[in-house]
Amino acid sequence: MVTSVTSLGRSGLYDWFVQRASALILLAYFLFLGWTLVAGVDYASWKALFSQTWMRVFSLLALVSLCAHAWVGLWTVFTDYLTERMLGSAGGIVRLLAEAISALVIFTYLVWGIQILWGL
Amino acid sequence: MLQVSIYRYNPETDVEPYMQDVQVDTGGKDMMVLDVMELIKAEDDTVVYRRSCREGVCGSDGVNMNGTNGLACVTPLSKAVRKNKLVLRPLPGLPVIRDLVVDMSLFYAQYEKVQPYLQNNTPAPAIERLQTPEEREKLDGLYECILCACCSTACPSFWWNPDRFIGPAGLLQAYRFLADTRDTATDERLGRLDDPFSVFRCHGIQSCVNVCPKGLNPTRAIGHIRNMLLSRAT
Repeated sequence: MVTSVTSLGRSGLYDWFVQRASALILLAYFLFLGWTLVAGVDYASWKALFSQTWMRVFSLLALVSLCAHAWVGLWTVFTDYLTERMLGSAGGIVRLLAEAISALVIFTYLVWGIQILWGL
Repeated sequence: MLQVSIYRYNPETDVEPYMQDVQVDTGGKDMMVLDVMELIKAEDDTVVYRRSCREGVCGSDGVNMNGTNGLACVTPLSKAVRKNKLVLRPLPGLPVIRDLVVDMSLFYAQYEKVQPYLQNNTPAPAIERLQTPEEREKLDGLYECILCACCSTACPSFWWNPDRFIGPAGLLQAYRFLADTRDTATDERLGRLDDPFSVFRCHGIQSCVNVCPKGLNPTRAIGHIRNMLLSRAT
């Protein structure tokens, strides 16, 4: 058992499940957006679409999924490459710094996204 | 003449590793890579590598041949050589002790973690713990592993986290005991594997499957472990 305090769910299975579930949600969302765009859209219909509650909920679901997906993915990359094994004794600090910056950026995008969705 | 480039490193005399070029007369025969190494050693006995059974059973002579891991004793030149050139390197990702000999401690430490032995605390029957042929069949493709480390040292996830990711060889053995109907420690075994590193660093790229000299499939075994973890948690 190799635990890590910075992983999303502390359990490998949980992170793996979140990664897959969020990928499916993102796939559905972007297929829907793509289909909407291909079908033809102007400013009025685009605004009307996003003023409906279900679309905002769907968009928020996709946004939260994107944030979780990004964290699990980036955390995996950081713990592969930004380690003491790869970077020497500075590895731990560099990794924590990269994780902190990523967490801050992801959190900012999440709050900003909510603001955009409900500010339309 | 076969052009061979061989990785040399003696920590007592060399500052850093280097590649040594040698020409080997194979007599046009499609010999095994180990035979070529023996010919090189006959000329220069400072070349060091591990070997024992020379028939793919002991797993001692795992090396990297033209970029692909495998057992030198069962890899014919016709399979390994490209453009009359053979590059021999130690298995990647593990510390080199000397020339083609690597320190396998990390590999064995991961193997030890999966407790690779049958665990059953129920009273032993008078004769033996029997299995049906179907139950026994589940162990096929798992028990044959000879621990040569070709798979784990071909795995990037093992290169980056050899102390935390169990690696294909260890996980194949983990599943060998998870799949064994005589073993009663399934839940404890799964509990020890459910962290972000031990199993889940496998991203299914199948490098392990590609190099296994015994034709085993660690990726499939890892998939079975993941399914067992999933059904245990849902």
